Amino acid sequence: MSRPLLTVDNLTVDFKTDEGMITAVDGVSFELKEGEILGLVGESGSGKSVTAKSLMLLNAGNTTYGGDGKIVLRHEDRDIDVLSIENPRDMMTIRGGAISMIFQEPMASFAPAITIGGQMVEQLLLHSSMNKREARELSIDMLNRVGISDAKARFDQYSFELSGGMRQRAMIAMALSTQPKVLIADEPTTALDVTIQAQVLDLMKDLISEYGMAVLLITHDLGVIAQTADRVAVMYLGKIVETGSVRQIIKAPKHPYTKGLLKALPDLDDLGAALTPVAGDIPSPLERPAGCVFHTRCPEIIAGRCNMDLPETTDLGTGHSVSCFAATPLVEAST
Amino acid sequence: MTETPLISVRDLSVHFPIGGAGFGKKLFVRAVDNVSIDIAPGTFFGLVGESGSGKTTLGRALLKAVPLTSGHVQYRDNGVDLDLRALSKAELKEYRKRCQLIFQDPYAALSPRMTVRDIIAEPLEVMKITSSRQETDERVREIAAKCRINLEHLRRFPHAFSGGQRQRISIARALVCNPRFLVADECVAALDVSIQADILNLLNSLQKELGLTFLFISHDLSVVAHTCDHVAVMYLGQIVEIAPTKKLFANTRHPYTHSLLSAIPHLDPDAEKKAIKLEGEIPSPINPPPGCKFHTRCPFARDRCKVESPEWRQMDDEHFAACHFTDELNLSRA
Ligand SMILES: Nc1ncnc2c1ncn2[C@@H]1O[C@H](COP(=O)(O)OP(=O)(O)OP(=O)(O)O)[C@@H](O)[C@H]1O
Ligand SMILES: Nc1ncnc2c1ncn2[C@@H]1O[C@H](COP(=O)(O)OP(=O)(O)OP(=O)(O)O)[C@@H](O)[C@H]1O
Ligand code: SF4
Ligand code: SF4
Ligand SMILES: [Mg+2]
Ligand SMILES: [Mg+2]
Repeated sequence: MSRPLLTVDNLTVDFKTDEGMITAVDGVSFELKEGEILGLVGESGSGKSVTAKSLMLLNAGNTTYGGDGKIVLRHEDRDIDVLSIENPRDMMTIRGGAISMIFQEPMASFAPAITIGGQMVEQLLLHSSMNKREARELSIDMLNRVGISDAKARFDQYSFELSGGMRQRAMIAMALSTQPKVLIADEPTTALDVTIQAQVLDLMKDLISEYGMAVLLITHDLGVIAQTADRVAVMYLGKIVETGSVRQIIKAPKHPYTKGLLKALPDLDDLGAALTPVAGDIPSPLERPAGCVFHTRCPEIIAGRCNMDLPETTDLGTGHSVSCFAATPLVEAST
Repeated sequence: MTETPLISVRDLSVHFPIGGAGFGKKLFVRAVDNVSIDIAPGTFFGLVGESGSGKTTLGRALLKAVPLTSGHVQYRDNGVDLDLRALSKAELKEYRKRCQLIFQDPYAALSPRMTVRDIIAEPLEVMKITSSRQETDERVREIAAKCRINLEHLRRFPHAFSGGQRQRISIARALVCNPRFLVADECVAALDVSIQADILNLLNSLQKELGLTFLFISHDLSVVAHTCDHVAVMYLGQIVEIAPTKKLFANTRHPYTHSLLSAIPHLDPDAEKKAIKLEGEIPSPINPPPGCKFHTRCPFARDRCKVESPEWRQMDDEHFAACHFTDELNLSRA
């Protein structure tokens, strides 16, 4: 297997706020490989977007990256240590050159006073050797490919004039037009209807193999994950609590939080069924629970243990790993 | 429907002028084109459809947040009878109190310079609903707790919150002045499925408790299926099918609805893919095709569809669709 394009090792992200330190990401590790889609799912507020933004150093000014955390991007046979970038060229590389991001907030990522096309062209001029005319042609072509009709007219419109889903597609077109090596897609299809979603995901899959891209796909839509991701990581309160192949996670989840998520899904074949959220309140990020981060809501809690000790990440043997005492009895017995 | 609808929409159109035309005639986006619907009080009325088909615009029109180009919208609630195209100043004020929007994009919606408390309190203050700061605070805390916002967070600014947390703030803001009618535009799209289930349960119980009426816009068909009493399907500015939820899913009568349902991503990675791919050109609301607007992509289109637009027909009790050939097609879900 080839070396990963991007390696994240023990990433910790803290925010200084008026009320104290918030640890949004706590010891997160994963790899992105060429041609592979890693799905990142989990609780709202668990640190998925913060993790993603760290890869491009886009977190706000009040951010500290903790201790020995490392993000390494392999770029043209050179390793770039992202968290300690100093020169502007490497910065350009991680911001739109080699890494490209589809942001969760499409409205916020288009400047209100510049047309959609103007921004796409600007991006291309910055990160490629194209001239203005070529950049315009490619941009219109990309808008077409993500299913925007009348792309030439839309090119000259402002983001507020587009529907939510068109805005999102314009952003996807922009992010893909620079042919990134690593694509971070943060909720890329939430504003799309399912037929257009299928079309956009197909396009993304095609380009992944065409460009040899590595993709981090963040989404709450487990159906989208099931149909597109190769591997999946599940986050809760700043930690990755379970990782595995898409089949392992969806068909045989081991962590109680992952199981709870799957149970909360509305079932199309049983419309009358009540929806069952994971019980309990989400702890404040200012007061992270001791021991296992999920113990305040866990139905399988082992009293006297889960609330004291931190479960280690244990590999179950087939690339499926989990951080939970209840899910790893065998490993426990042998120590 | 036997009950008087809370909202009656008749032949409503909303057209936006767009620039760039230069000389010659002005171009328009026909965002909403001749739409008629009835929304019964105390129900969830679902609105699904293609991205860009006019769902948000229709929702905004019902809130009087965009100019209505033509047609009628009538609001009737316990003796209050308002014609949305002929509101006096006082009536408009009254209407604004009764109708609220829960936003699609929680990032754009919340002012970064206001604390969460002030964001939620703003409608109360603007509409002078509460009379003292203490009363306002009480109301804010009550609704925040209902929406499961950590009360500690009321003093914080929204920039530090994730999408899901922000969405709960905008729901609290929409509910704070006790509205009668809510337009929920993709209000759970930013949430993880557990919090989503939680918010849907919350909206459901609030709806029962307070007799609220919702226009519920969403791309997530399983969410719509679980939440809504009736569902309307939009395509290129028009409604192509309306039915009670169960009927729409079990006994689909329009080819666009059919392709939409077929494309719901399956939770099983190994499930057989049966999504109907829509080939053909995606039409534009600036220059919509003649005949049936879906004919450029409809797998069942025939010559007649290119020239004659299909009539809006009753299929059976409360089930309507607009397709020439619906009686010949078998579109039931496998
Ligand atoms: N600049 C900041 N200052 C303080 N706290 C922040 C800042 N940015 C993010 N946070 C906090 O970090 C946590 C993680 O946020 P993040 O946006 O990564 O969540 P998420 O997993 O992407 O959630 P969602 O699914 O809702 O998008 C949240 O508690 C959020 O409030
Ligand atoms: N202020 C505006 N000026 C010009 N055109 C607009 C404006 N608002 C909406 N439109 C256009 O109206 C059409 C319908 O947009 P709308 O936002 O209602 O779609 P939607 O069904 O909500 O889509 P989505 O599912 O993507 O949110 C689109 O073609 C859009 O570009
Ligand atoms: S370690 Fe304990 S509390 Fe944590 S998920 Fe496992 S059983 Fe639950
Ligand atoms: S009228 Fe024709 S084009 Fe339109 S939906 Fe029916 S079969 Fe398809
Ligand atoms: Mg996020
Ligand atoms: Mg919309």
